[in-house]
Amino acid sequence: MKIIRPYGDTTGDGRVQLSFTLPVPAGDPAQRARAEGAALQLAAKMGMDPAMVVHTKAMGPDFTFFIVYGQVQHLVDLSAVTVAEREYPLLSPQEVNLRIRTALGRKLVVVGACVGTDAHTVGIDAILNVKGHAGEKGLEYYREIRVVNLGAQVSVDELAARAKREHADAVLVSQVVTQRDAHLAGARALATAFSCPPQTDMANAAETAEIAEMAEPAGSEPPPRPLLVVGGPRFDASMAADLGVDKIFGRGTTPREVASYLAYAVTGPGGGAARAGQQEKPRTGTAAI
Amino acid sequence: VTAAPLAPPQASPPPQAATVTPKLGLDSAVVAEARRLAEVAGRPIVEMARTHTTVSVERAVLRLADLEGADEDGMPWVNRLTEAVRTQTGLTHGVALPVWDALVRGDHRDLPGLARAAAAGTARFRIPTGDQAAAARHAATHAVGAGLHRIDARRAERQAMIQRIGEPAMPWIYLIVATGDIYEDIPQAQAAAREGADIIAVIRSTGQSLLDYVPEGATREGYAGTYATQQNFRLMRAALDDVSRELGRYVRLTNYASGLCMPEIATLAGLERLDMMLNDCMYGIIFRDINPQRTFIDQRFARQIHARAGIIINTGEDNYLTTADAVEGAHTVVVSQLLNEYFGKEAGLTDAQLGLGHAFEINPAVPDSFLLELAHAQLVRELFPDAPLKYMPPTKHMTGNIFGGYLLDAFFNLCGVMTGQSILLIGMMTEGIHTPYLADRDLALENVRYVREAAGSLGADFRPGPSSPITRRAHQVLDESVQLLRKIGTEGLLAAIADGTFGITKRPPDGGRGLDGVIRRAEGYFNPAAELLSPAEPLKGAVS
Repeated sequence: MKIIRPYGDTTGDGRVQLSFTLPVPAGDPAQRARAEGAALQLAAKMGMDPAMVVHTKAMGPDFTFFIVYGQVQHLVDLSAVTVAEREYPLLSPQEVNLRIRTALGRKLVVVGACVGTDAHTVGIDAILNVKGHAGEKGLEYYREIRVVNLGAQVSVDELAARAKREHADAVLVSQVVTQRDAHLAGARALATAFSCPPQTDMANAAETAEIAEMAEPAGSEPPPRPLLVVGGPRFDASMAADLGVDKIFGRGTTPREVASYLAYAVTGPGGGAARAGQQEKPRTGTAAI
Repeated sequence: VTAAPLAPPQASPPPQAATVTPKLGLDSAVVAEARRLAEVAGRPIVEMARTHTTVSVERAVLRLADLEGADEDGMPWVNRLTEAVRTQTGLTHGVALPVWDALVRGDHRDLPGLARAAAAGTARFRIPTGDQAAAARHAATHAVGAGLHRIDARRAERQAMIQRIGEPAMPWIYLIVATGDIYEDIPQAQAAAREGADIIAVIRSTGQSLLDYVPEGATREGYAGTYATQQNFRLMRAALDDVSRELGRYVRLTNYASGLCMPEIATLAGLERLDMMLNDCMYGIIFRDINPQRTFIDQRFARQIHARAGIIINTGEDNYLTTADAVEGAHTVVVSQLLNEYFGKEAGLTDAQLGLGHAFEINPAVPDSFLLELAHAQLVRELFPDAPLKYMPPTKHMTGNIFGGYLLDAFFNLCGVMTGQSILLIGMMTEGIHTPYLADRDLALENVRYVREAAGSLGADFRPGPSSPITRRAHQVLDESVQLLRKIGTEGLLAAIADGTFGITKRPPDGGRGLDGVIRRAEGYFNPAAELLSPAEPLKGAVS
């Protein structure tokens, strides 16, 4: 067991900084003294003891901004920290391509979109566009990945239909807007759209045949749905099962991480496992909803 | 006929545009060539806009004739009436002829009455001919002309208020408000004005750009923004008038004339004395997947209205740099600005109304990134010396390190004052984390105030040498712009957009939303607003 505290300039000093606004005036000295008292009370209740208000600024007649430094008494128990470890190896583009080619013998198809009212394509574009993000090229750059980027404000039904038409191996959805938990609603809607057996909304026999062809020789088993991958700055990576999707990527995700994950999830840890088999695990996640 | 004396009011003097000293030694022949190529690329688009109309252009005509309100489902009467006309006669002759023909025939009391009857399915429309057509045109021109008179009156009112109350010095400080609730927005906007904002922009609710109608009334619910409605415009403008008087400077109000209802929103902005409108020639196409043809047709009408209303447009070139790399894509910004300028001027906007956009988005890890930013900003300043340029702060490289972000914003402010930018959108250190807290805004204003006071006159001493990296970079970007414009001129602008020339995304001319609302004008098409707004579209005998 390892116990630590925040580090200012001495081991164990517990120093932290904090800034916040209180809806109190600080126009005259008396108001200011009272406002600082209020700030110190908050700091004390947050466990900062002693605390010191280092900056007080009136913002208009009704609000005051504070910067507070102080010492927290809390201990961090490192042995109790849990981290969602990456369950897949980080591969180079060449390795990703090789893995896909070996395992699938065809291109891996990714359909991406921002769903619902979300018009923020920055995230999905950063992952999909050749241009990429953080110095890494996007998925369009990978020779063995075929990318269909539907852009912004796509309905979940539209996305599901297109994914089916494109024989998508994976569906990537970016959700940036979080007001009223729009991102969570979007992710759930996605999971729901793909949870119905594909046969029920088959338009015609030809399409049925196409889908059947796509399925692995497992025979009577329903064709696997694509991997459902959701990303956005405000997601909690551990919520995948709860939301009914296979994987959640948070802030700072790079295209290479997504490509590595897709290569791993579609081809399996050995790199050569049949795709249908690898769908088993994600599908249980869906069943949970 | 009262609609006849519709001379547009005198253009307002440019908002104290500072004289721009050329520093980069740009070759005026190259600059002229760039403008000529932009015209070559844009002319076929204008031709398309002159020969087509859209459902939203037609609805804007009805709005100018004062048709307000919505049915019980919230669908505006202008939509109901336009749909009914489209079903019965089509819109190839425009909405005005059949509508005013029906009114002239006398079965309906007035325009709202006709709209209700149309929605109920009891109104009958036809395309009148001969004297009946002349009578309909006459009545329509009268009604729509009255709307333009109201826009003229609002413009005169703005000029009078600026004279009486006072004009803020440039650069104008531009702040965003976006709560979703107009009654929350109002106190926030007033507070922001008191804190130093010269311009308040009310961000629209996410998704409004894809609605093919303008919501009605005061709204209290929106996602990441507040709906643009006529009533919201009215409420916010009145609140800013109050605070303008209190502060002794005219605080401008900005909204978005973009998306599927661009012409209608432009009209409402003119009627409610909004001062600036986001209105980019390609933004909706590239970032909202709105059909390119729909966008360009809507845009021309919207800009004619903005020209008339004395509204400054803000173009959206900054957005390209959020998907493309700010160094590699720098010339696409200039190309888009030149296109925006051509389209804007063709629609009647003056230089003083062209708030061309650009942004401080170069990766700070790039060596000499600040020099490159200075080069880009100075280049744009010199290319458009009389335009109220709108300079956008870093967003793409705001990482969540608020302390680093605050520094980056200070460099943005410094670049803005050194290169004489006209409108500074104030960067937030918490960009990308959450919508700004009260304190974020206060700190951001403290940042810009410091830079302005500490280095406001540094621009006068900023003289990059003829072979400095700044000068060389500016020349390079201009040369690349000319090359790209030449390519666009050859293949056509629509093809270039389909190729992903701007902002990486590819948008084919027949893709995207809203194409079903595009209608080719027939012989005899009549749009009283378009005729009154554009001398190039002469009246067809309606007004004696």
